[in-house]
Amino acid sequence: MTLVIEILSWASIVLGLFFMVVGTIGVLRMPDVFTRMHAAGMTDTMGAGFLILGMCLQAGLSLLAARLVLVYAFLLFTSPISTHALARAALAGDVEPYRKPRGDG
Amino acid sequence: MLRALGLGAVLYGFWLVLSGHFEPLLMGFGIGSSALVVYLALRMDVVDHEGLPVDLGVRFWLYLPWLMKEVFVSNVRVARIILTPGLPIDPILVKYHASQKTDLGRAIYANSITLTPGTITTWVDEDSLDVHSLTWIDVDGREEDEMDRRVSWVEQGVVG
Repeated sequence: MTLVIEILSWASIVLGLFFMVVGTIGVLRMPDVFTRMHAAGMTDTMGAGFLILGMCLQAGLSLLAARLVLVYAFLLFTSPISTHALARAALAGDVEPYRKPRGDG
Repeated sequence: MLRALGLGAVLYGFWLVLSGHFEPLLMGFGIGSSALVVYLALRMDVVDHEGLPVDLGVRFWLYLPWLMKEVFVSNVRVARIILTPGLPIDPILVKYHASQKTDLGRAIYANSITLTPGTITTWVDEDSLDVHSLTWIDVDGREEDEMDRRVSWVEQGVVG
């Protein structure tokens, strides 16, 4: 039983790290501020989510796990608001969203 | 008044979970600080259905698992786009219809859209949302229509 939980926990942490790394690669590869936000959104939904799930499995049914769940809950409420504020600020600052170049214009 | 007491109870529960102290003296301090925050909130006049949406009810908790599933699915989709060598993105700004009737419902819908990677809400109006999307596929409408319906369903569960 302990072994199963250990395996699940580490699988979850590795998955979280995977989303973190891919999100970071995305931030570097994307062409403009809006598309970069899409990539950054991955790190605080699934990246942090799987990392916290993995840590919860390590903590077991305890106060620590409850705190970790609260951390994720606050992240879920605050991260879309900051993303939205950033997008609004960029639009208000007349940042032209990147469009895919079309062959025929 | 009932709402203020509810806020106090939620704050105190929050304090207990975060502190982990169960000695009488420290628990008393917890009650004191919760009461102070409730007093400040009352003075700021933010103890209303927006500041403390306890009446959101059970439907929100039924909506949450579906939202997490959507978040996972679009995460995988965006991860695949990022890892594809040619970076096949085609960003676009579109307008969505929002059928919610209250500010709370619209806020839930707009935040749900932003939370799923690949789409960001950039503007909220009475009955529509502006959404920036990473690809055309994300805005074919089917997924968002379902989300719109589900959020409206959550909203209808709100009493008062």
